[in-house]
Amino acid sequence: MSHHPRRRALALASVVALTGPLLLAACGSSDDDSDKSGKVTITVEGWRPGDEQGTIDAVKKQAAAFMKEHPDVVVKPMEWEWNAETFATQLAGGQLPTTFRVPFTDTKGLAERKQIADVTEYVDALPYAQDFNPSVLAAAQGTDGKVYGLPTDVYGVGLHYNRKLFQQAGLDPDKPPTTWDEVRADAKAIADKTGAAGYVQMTTNNTGGWMLTTLTYALGGRMESDDGAEATIDNAATKHGLELLHSMRWDDHSMGSNTSFEWAPINEAFAAGKIGMYMSGSDVYNALVTTNQVDPSSYGLAALPLADGGSVGILGGGSVAAVNAKASAAQQKAAVAWNDFYRERKNYDPEAAVADAEVLKASNQPIGTPTLPVFDEATWQKVQDALKPYVNVPRDQMTSFTDGVFQQTLIPEPASQTQAVYGVLDAVVQKVLTDEHADIDGLLADADKKAQQLLDAS
Amino acid sequence: MPGRPSSDGRPGTLPIRKATMTALLAPLRRAAAPVLFLLPMLLVFGLFSWWPIVRSVVMSLQQTNLVTAPEFVGLDNFRAVLQDPLLATAVQNTVWFALLALVIGYPVPLVLAVIMSDVRRARGLYTLLAYLPVVIPPAVAVLLWRIFYDAEPTGLFNTVLGWVGLGPVPWLEDRSWAMPSLVLEATWAAAGGTVIIYLAALVSVPPELYDAAEVDGAGVLRKIWHVTLPHLRGVMLITLILQIIGTAQVFLEPYLFTDGGPDNATLTVLLLVYNYAFQNTTGGDYGKATALSLMLAAFLACLSLVYFRVTRRWAS
Repeated sequence: MSHHPRRRALALASVVALTGPLLLAACGSSDDDSDKSGKVTITVEGWRPGDEQGTIDAVKKQAAAFMKEHPDVVVKPMEWEWNAETFATQLAGGQLPTTFRVPFTDTKGLAERKQIADVTEYVDALPYAQDFNPSVLAAAQGTDGKVYGLPTDVYGVGLHYNRKLFQQAGLDPDKPPTTWDEVRADAKAIADKTGAAGYVQMTTNNTGGWMLTTLTYALGGRMESDDGAEATIDNAATKHGLELLHSMRWDDHSMGSNTSFEWAPINEAFAAGKIGMYMSGSDVYNALVTTNQVDPSSYGLAALPLADGGSVGILGGGSVAAVNAKASAAQQKAAVAWNDFYRERKNYDPEAAVADAEVLKASNQPIGTPTLPVFDEATWQKVQDALKPYVNVPRDQMTSFTDGVFQQTLIPEPASQTQAVYGVLDAVVQKVLTDEHADIDGLLADADKKAQQLLDAS
Repeated sequence: MPGRPSSDGRPGTLPIRKATMTALLAPLRRAAAPVLFLLPMLLVFGLFSWWPIVRSVVMSLQQTNLVTAPEFVGLDNFRAVLQDPLLATAVQNTVWFALLALVIGYPVPLVLAVIMSDVRRARGLYTLLAYLPVVIPPAVAVLLWRIFYDAEPTGLFNTVLGWVGLGPVPWLEDRSWAMPSLVLEATWAAAGGTVIIYLAALVSVPPELYDAAEVDGAGVLRKIWHVTLPHLRGVMLITLILQIIGTAQVFLEPYLFTDGGPDNATLTVLLLVYNYAFQNTTGGDYGKATALSLMLAAFLACLSLVYFRVTRRWAS
């Protein structure tokens, strides 16, 4: 080898070249939250994967405006979407933004496991801290009573429908169904006359349980006792709901042949005109526009039909803007300030709402999609009035929902082990929609037992 | 070789000592060279293969969410996995997948390779066609096949079946159809790689043997049976165990096609591992996930050992 100094040098060089980056990668994962000038840097949830450029531009504009107001903070919006599957590993691997939104259902569990930060002191310092709708604020609180984020948006489930398919089926698009019998009849008409699926429901990745719970609430049942100690899946309303789905799928053939859907794919299929009606959060229109480019003239939103009886209601949920548990105190403070600026102030202060709308308008983003009050109804109404001149979504095609929703009772999602119980229910809905001879009573008894085991173990 | 006189006959001078050192270091250096060349591989392998294996053994004895300090729980995770009613479903489904893959997937590359080795013209083209699916990124392939598998009568496969009066088939939408559908795609995706292995092995068959067989009056099938297959035996045994190990760890197809549905009909062992770890943010159970992974690994290691023991004589 000593005869080949060149070759040796080459070997050494290649060893260094191959191992160097590894060592660098191993050493290079330090979290620097402030640069040399003493500024605090935070990364924030910016836009969903696949969002159009206008959405990205709007967030960046807001970030620039925020940094003008807070010269000591650097905000870096990034692409991010809530995904239960990757959340914990992103957090452990330092890949999570400093602040992000999590569903109401997950806040308590995340807080309990110390995966999100306690930001009580920063939230309490906000001018509207005492004005939150108590039931909404509860969603952002841990079992220890501390506040783990800002509840920024609240939705109620509505019935989204395709006006064009309604027309083609000879139905009046201004008269969406108001009972589940009408839903069934309209779905059959759509399937028979247009060949599209009349009514479709989500089934996979815990959304099947989410929507079966919604259907159960609409028919007057519950999946768990209020304290989350007892599973009540085996109830008459859920059974009725599953029988309805079974009839639509196997007798009317009005649910199409494809049954495997979750949140994003069902939006995609709806925007593509393949679905007559489906249930989802009232705010899904934003995603239908920015991610799926739905044709606004074909979109309609109706209040979810409810059965008779005192216990019926619509499933309500929302998001909490939470803060990374690994963030420093300065970052936590900056993150709450950003969430106040970008997400919350517009729910409270009509002037902030108008300023927000100006930015959205400039980037051609949807304004005026129905939401529900984070504060009290009077505050919400004031904001809605201020926004009126900016509304660019077809509000007159959503009147059934906007007129009806305040007469409906909003029921929170099951209190304990929500996602795990939804996972158990996924299999039930899938079975009913893929097996004509599914034994609904047996399925419910079995699911009840499994859910009870989950509740007992927690 | 200490004390060897230098060329000018004066011991103890500097050049001599230098020469001695060089001579002393030579074997060391000779040994160092391969180690040096191996180092990058060892580092990569150690860091990305062995270290995670060690970590997962540790993790299988812990309760952790990767953020707060892990808690040692002994064999609780193993017990919890063994008590999970879904484990039996997952094992059954995985065995079913492996069996179907054996029946559908194992002969296909062999038949293709034997036919292709007999083709004289445009052989490169056929090799390319057979190998192309392997080049397509698996996730893209699955997305494509999901469109093919559309259960509506207007779906691609159903349209084709409709031309001959069959279908529509509920490809991924029915408990009994879902698994065969996954196997079909998996076979399409993986056959190319095995075809290449068989083709390479077929080259080593001496052509004289075929000539001799022909002289003895053997037809095509008898030539394959008596000449080709005996020569491929060793390779076939290897590809068989590789396929069994591969199918026992099937994840991509059930995850991307059906997410284990409908009603857990395509829930495989590895998908169950994944679900333990990632299905719930708050309930992410890495302990149970690693415990089940280790059990699967131990089972496959034992299976491989037994397999090689049993087939050792047969292979030679």
